[in-house]
Amino acid sequence: MKTSVEVHNLTVTYGSAPVLWDIDFSLPTAKIIGIIGPNGSGKTTLLKSVMGLVEPASGYVKIFDKTLEVSREKIAYVPQRESVDWDFPANVYDVVMMGRYRKNNLFRRATKADKEIVLDAIDKVGLTEFRDRQISQLSGGQQQRVFIARALAQKAEIYLMDEPFVGVDAATENSILTLLQEMRSQGKTVLIIHHDLQTVSDYFDHLVLLNTRLVAEGSPQDVLTKENLSNAYGGQLTLLSKVVQLIKEKEHPIREKDSDL
Amino acid sequence: MDTFLDFILLRDPNVWFVVIGGLFIHTSTAVVGTFAFLRKRSLLGDGIAHSLLPGVCLGFMASGEKNLIFLLGGAFLTGWTSTILVDYIVNKSKIKQDTAIAIVLSTFFGLGIVLLTIIQRGNFGNHSGLDHFLFGQAAAISRTDVYVFGVLAAIILIPIFLFFKSFSILSFNPDYAKSVGMPVRFMEMLMTSLTVLAIAAGIQALGVVLVSALVFTPAAAARFWTNKLPKMIILAALMAVISGIFGAYISYQYAGMPTGPWIVIGLFVATFFSFLFAPERGFLKRFKNRRGTSIKIRDENVLKAIFQYNEKNGGHDKLNLKLSASDFLTIREFQTNTLMKGLKSLIGQGYVNHLDDKYYLTESGKKESKRIVRLHRLWEQYLLKRTSIDTDHVHSGAEAIEHILTPEIEAELTKELGIDGVPKEDY
Ligand SMILES: Nc1ncnc2c1ncn2[C@@H]1O[C@H](COP(=O)(O)OP(=O)(O)OP(=O)(O)O)[C@@H](O)[C@H]1O
Ligand SMILES: [Mg+2]
Repeated sequence: MKTSVEVHNLTVTYGSAPVLWDIDFSLPTAKIIGIIGPNGSGKTTLLKSVMGLVEPASGYVKIFDKTLEVSREKIAYVPQRESVDWDFPANVYDVVMMGRYRKNNLFRRATKADKEIVLDAIDKVGLTEFRDRQISQLSGGQQQRVFIARALAQKAEIYLMDEPFVGVDAATENSILTLLQEMRSQGKTVLIIHHDLQTVSDYFDHLVLLNTRLVAEGSPQDVLTKENLSNAYGGQLTLLSKVVQLIKEKEHPIREKDSDL
Repeated sequence: MDTFLDFILLRDPNVWFVVIGGLFIHTSTAVVGTFAFLRKRSLLGDGIAHSLLPGVCLGFMASGEKNLIFLLGGAFLTGWTSTILVDYIVNKSKIKQDTAIAIVLSTFFGLGIVLLTIIQRGNFGNHSGLDHFLFGQAAAISRTDVYVFGVLAAIILIPIFLFFKSFSILSFNPDYAKSVGMPVRFMEMLMTSLTVLAIAAGIQALGVVLVSALVFTPAAAARFWTNKLPKMIILAALMAVISGIFGAYISYQYAGMPTGPWIVIGLFVATFFSFLFAPERGFLKRFKNRRGTSIKIRDENVLKAIFQYNEKNGGHDKLNLKLSASDFLTIREFQTNTLMKGLKSLIGQGYVNHLDDKYYLTESGKKESKRIVRLHRLWEQYLLKRTSIDTDHVHSGAEAIEHILTPEIEAELTKELGIDGVPKEDY
């Protein structure tokens, strides 16, 4: 099976403390993939490093076997809703149109095709009647769907979503899920950070379980074992967090930069 | 009056320079400022402004005269240095950005004052008017200055126009901008440079102390009027230019009056006006909305009471009964004052007529009162069916809701409950 995202020996630090430590996995294509782990386990950081938003201390990420720079247009990012100020002067249409931004159309006005793609994306997330609404006047779930529509407008192959189900009601969650399944059937790959352990085995074809280190990765049956879960969520990794704390205090280098590329 | 005419008709060539120069400067600062405002960089702007003073002084020392290009060049240099310094301090220490800005701002400004004193004491040629850079003196703009400002405006506005899409995405969501491969570092650097340049251009008119008002206030005021970025930018520029002309006029009229403070006062008036009168976001509009709703609720309650009185006293079909004021009180505890105002307003709207002291529904009033009661009871039925509400709470739960239900919701309720006409029960 073709590999969508390959993460190779990735280590990311903020200051000197490692937030991701020697993460290494390859993800399949055309699957809905969940990233799970406790708070502060580095899930957001993982997505950001796949997107190239944070610099790794070591290791690399490849998209369809190419560097991020080459594959940039094949991958779309849905940030956490709280990461922006929604009082920005723009309406739903304007924000979704941002999804059509490309390096080679910087100076060009939106074409008819762009407009159709945008309207279609808005329709897919069920926001057509809110198209001209100022974005601050949307509910949290609607704002989340605006971000998803913007990613859809990018016409990418891989979609990275940071907690798209947070603050979303059950009906919306279902309609988003249906949309994701539709995308999967078109061969798209979706990576989702998810918090609700109740629903993981229903929602996802494949799982990545994180807690600074990679705890497990694979099919839901393989990953959701008692042992893995208590490794990630229970007290078993307290030793690891103690070491991280020590490194933070001592400003100890975890390894020479780029030593194992 | 004569000076006013001189000014307004541009009879005096100096006024020409001031107005055209102001047009260039204020448009540039307001446009750059809109983006800085949206990126929440207001404080940094103030820091940059204060850091321009030592640059102005150094520019003067280097050229030995008040050569605008040297002065602005120096200002740009120290302004830029200050932003780099702030970033450096934030990155290398645990000091927060606002603290770092305060440190850099006061250090640079102090340095500027020291240099200014040295210049005034020393032998640096004609330095008269250099202190205008503290509070601004638009009247000092000459023909060559106007050219310089024109070129500056072009340097600032053309990139913003060209990269408009990029800048708006970057301002809204920098992470996303980076994720689609925008050279975010470069764009941010460009934006910072343009901001420094615009602020430097503004100090002639406003002085380092006040110039940041010229950068951010127009944007803040413009935000009240529109939800569209391009419109917001144009409005901000317009308000800045008008305030600029106002300030220039005052200082033209009263010789020796600094322009800066008057421009700031003009901007303040524009902002306050926007705050009060802007449609949608303005204070008055929101106040009116609230008042409008409470009037509507008052009137509809009176209509509802007439309907209920009819129902109670056997006039359900015709709705023809005539009520005295005290009859109303058997239905609902109205305050006499509210009731009278409501009746008066309903008579004005043609829903109610009166015969001496008795009130009754007109034809359109019958329809309207039916509609309101129906909405109220539909909502009650809906609550009973769909939520676990106690029957004795239903009434209060549905109270006031009928006033906001739209025709679309009414249609949906009808469909969901399968009820035609006015439901009977009342809880
Ligand atoms: N910009 C930053 N600077 C310093 N530390 C950071 C920064 N961002 C995140 N961290 C730290 O990195 C760790 C991992 O953060 P991350 O946001 O990736 O976790 P997460 O798994 O997404 O958590 P959550 O479930 O709460 O969203 C946390 O301990 C956090 O405190
Ligand atoms: Mg997170």
